[in-house]
Amino acid sequence: MKDLFALFRHSLAGLRVMIAATLLLGVAYPLVVTGIAQVAFPWKAQGSLVTATGGHTTDAGDAVGSALLGQLVGGEDADRLFHNRPSAAGDGYDPLSSYGSNLGPENPDLIAAIKERKAEIAQREGVDPSDVPPDAVTASGSGLDPHISVAYADLQIARVAEANGLTEDAVRRLVDEHTSGRTWGVLGEPRVNVLELNIAVRVLAGS
Amino acid sequence: MSSLAPALAQIAVLVIALAIAVPLLGRYLAHLYTSPKHLAVERTSYRVLRVDPDADQHWRTYAMSVLGFSLVGVLLLFGLGRLQEHLPLSLGFPGLPSDGAWNTAVSFVTNTNWQWYSGEATTGHLMQMSGLTVQNFVSAGVGMAVAAAFARALSRDLQEGRIGNFWTDLVRTVVRVLLPISLVAAVVLILLGVVQNLVEPMAVHTLTGGVQDITGGPVASQEAIKELGTNGGGFYNANSAHPFENPTPFSDIFEIFLLLVIPFAMAWAFGIIVGDRRQGGAILAVMAVLWGAAVGLLTWAEMAAPGTAPGLAGGAMEGKEVRFGEAASALFASSTTGTSTGAVNAMHDSLTAPGGGVALFNMMLGEVAPGGVGSGLYGMLMLAVVTVFLAGLMVGRTPEYLGKKIGQREVTLVAFYVLTTPVLVLVGGAIGLTASDGLAGLLNSGPHGLSEGLYAVTSASNNNGSAFAGITSGTPFWNTLLGLCMLFGRFLPMVFVLALAGLFARSQKLPPSAGTLPTHRPLFVVLLSGVAVVVVGLTYVPVLVLGPIVESLS
Repeated sequence: MKDLFALFRHSLAGLRVMIAATLLLGVAYPLVVTGIAQVAFPWKAQGSLVTATGGHTTDAGDAVGSALLGQLVGGEDADRLFHNRPSAAGDGYDPLSSYGSNLGPENPDLIAAIKERKAEIAQREGVDPSDVPPDAVTASGSGLDPHISVAYADLQIARVAEANGLTEDAVRRLVDEHTSGRTWGVLGEPRVNVLELNIAVRVLAGS
Repeated sequence: MSSLAPALAQIAVLVIALAIAVPLLGRYLAHLYTSPKHLAVERTSYRVLRVDPDADQHWRTYAMSVLGFSLVGVLLLFGLGRLQEHLPLSLGFPGLPSDGAWNTAVSFVTNTNWQWYSGEATTGHLMQMSGLTVQNFVSAGVGMAVAAAFARALSRDLQEGRIGNFWTDLVRTVVRVLLPISLVAAVVLILLGVVQNLVEPMAVHTLTGGVQDITGGPVASQEAIKELGTNGGGFYNANSAHPFENPTPFSDIFEIFLLLVIPFAMAWAFGIIVGDRRQGGAILAVMAVLWGAAVGLLTWAEMAAPGTAPGLAGGAMEGKEVRFGEAASALFASSTTGTSTGAVNAMHDSLTAPGGGVALFNMMLGEVAPGGVGSGLYGMLMLAVVTVFLAGLMVGRTPEYLGKKIGQREVTLVAFYVLTTPVLVLVGGAIGLTASDGLAGLLNSGPHGLSEGLYAVTSASNNNGSAFAGITSGTPFWNTLLGLCMLFGRFLPMVFVLALAGLFARSQKLPPSAGTLPTHRPLFVVLLSGVAVVVVGLTYVPVLVLGPIVESLS
């Protein structure tokens, strides 16, 4: 009973501290950071939105997507563009349900899906299934991966060039321009930003 | 796709950054937890809040403050979750169900940050900022306060069980450590591309005529403290795999740095507080050895990519982002499970079988390699007491640690501490994996399904918060069970730690004698590392065999 009373007394002090903490850490701190972000780095703070010509914007109405988020490459134009990785986010690249497949390494559904994707991509690109790189047949962690490997981009150059009436060299130059190496030569992995590359392809092809 | 040389260089970059920051931060923390001086702004706050910052609290009083403060935290967060639809910035999301609100309240107050829900589809901006972000700060502060009190107790002599002042420890930790570093880190993260706004999802028309909703929010401000306080609760469902939380390889290594720096610095601070830096160095060395071993094993597992699906795909890229690849994903996974963070930059459910096993084992160590902020230090010190006790049994002398005799009462408390989480994991796991409501939540089957359930109770009981996330845990059954695991897994050990701190503060500090086991030498580092691994091994081997080990061999 004495302990309960003590706990109650300490809880009252705790309540006062929590109210102060909420005002400081839960209101002032995030609003100050938001203020700094909106003044100093508005484009990044709004989600790195890009327009159909590759320009930067903070207005979603002008944007075709975010440079940081992959998006579904579908519809009739799909054959003319670079494809990104399989996605487990909703129906694919849905930021309202970012996620991976969470299938384990021995999961039969995953094994079947990888086989199927491999065959499909090999047929689409006219290559041998053994040439299809791992990122092309696996879903990313976020389901929103904006990148593909350099190997998967290389695999698609011939098809994209032909479909857009461009030379392979011209498309390869675009791939090179949108490839990032490892930071300082050591951090992360080399990668190609698919949305930015596709925008560049469309601009070059004049569509 | 990762290759070995950059993978190793990447680890080296992290180690160098930590080697520079840890001694500096450690010295600062030691000063913070021993200085009698208050800042003017703190003094004013104490007056307004009517708490006495100079009362030297008895361990019972200290524990009551911890429990009272945390109780209020749970109630407020529960209320905020239930009522969010009636509050501003809810984005139109309904209040959380009662089992979900309970789970989330306990989860964030216990520094676990287990998430049964998907952030972008469940929690509005107010809940994220004023509920979750606040607990990210203060739950970390509570852990560090308790560790500081324990370290102080070991440095004291005949102090009637008085171990310091909880409110001072908490306020100083938040105001002088967590808030300033988070502020800087949040701005750095925004510079790298992390979003920070208060908008609702914005529809854009994509390149091929689809519609995509761009989900904003106060992400960077939460991301910074999420890592720094070893919390780990993602703003988005995909956590640090989401490009808006972790856009580049540099932001990735920066986040790993943030989640490791305080746990290691606490060990450094410990050495200074007890008046012998070598003691802190030995504790830090054990943490580093265990962390390094986990990093090595997990990196090897993911780069070697054993298993049917990775073999077929040509690499273990399921659940991983291209910008990180296998190596940076393995580095993150071993660091987030070795600390009690639980943030993920790759889906752990899709790790290779040995890789997932290492992540699981890391949590089973009791979060000591280097552990959560504060909890890692006191967890490792508990194992240090076990080690001197075992060594004392071997040579037949009364064991002592830093001049404090380890008698029957001390060992009893340590035994309770060491047994709490295994009991929660094994009993909780047995319930979860036999009840039909528990099994209904599993996505994968066979040994991997067992790992999925085991991972959930291990993560909750050790206050980690990462998941083999195929599990559907947003059900009343799992929400209740895991909520209990988190609650008992946090506060029972904390009370044992504070009780032991009380005993130490009361007893006399003896000078070392010829029979004293030196606790700063390499021999002790080896012994303590061995004890950490053996204690876990003996407890968990049977269930590890049935899960990741069988899967690795199949």
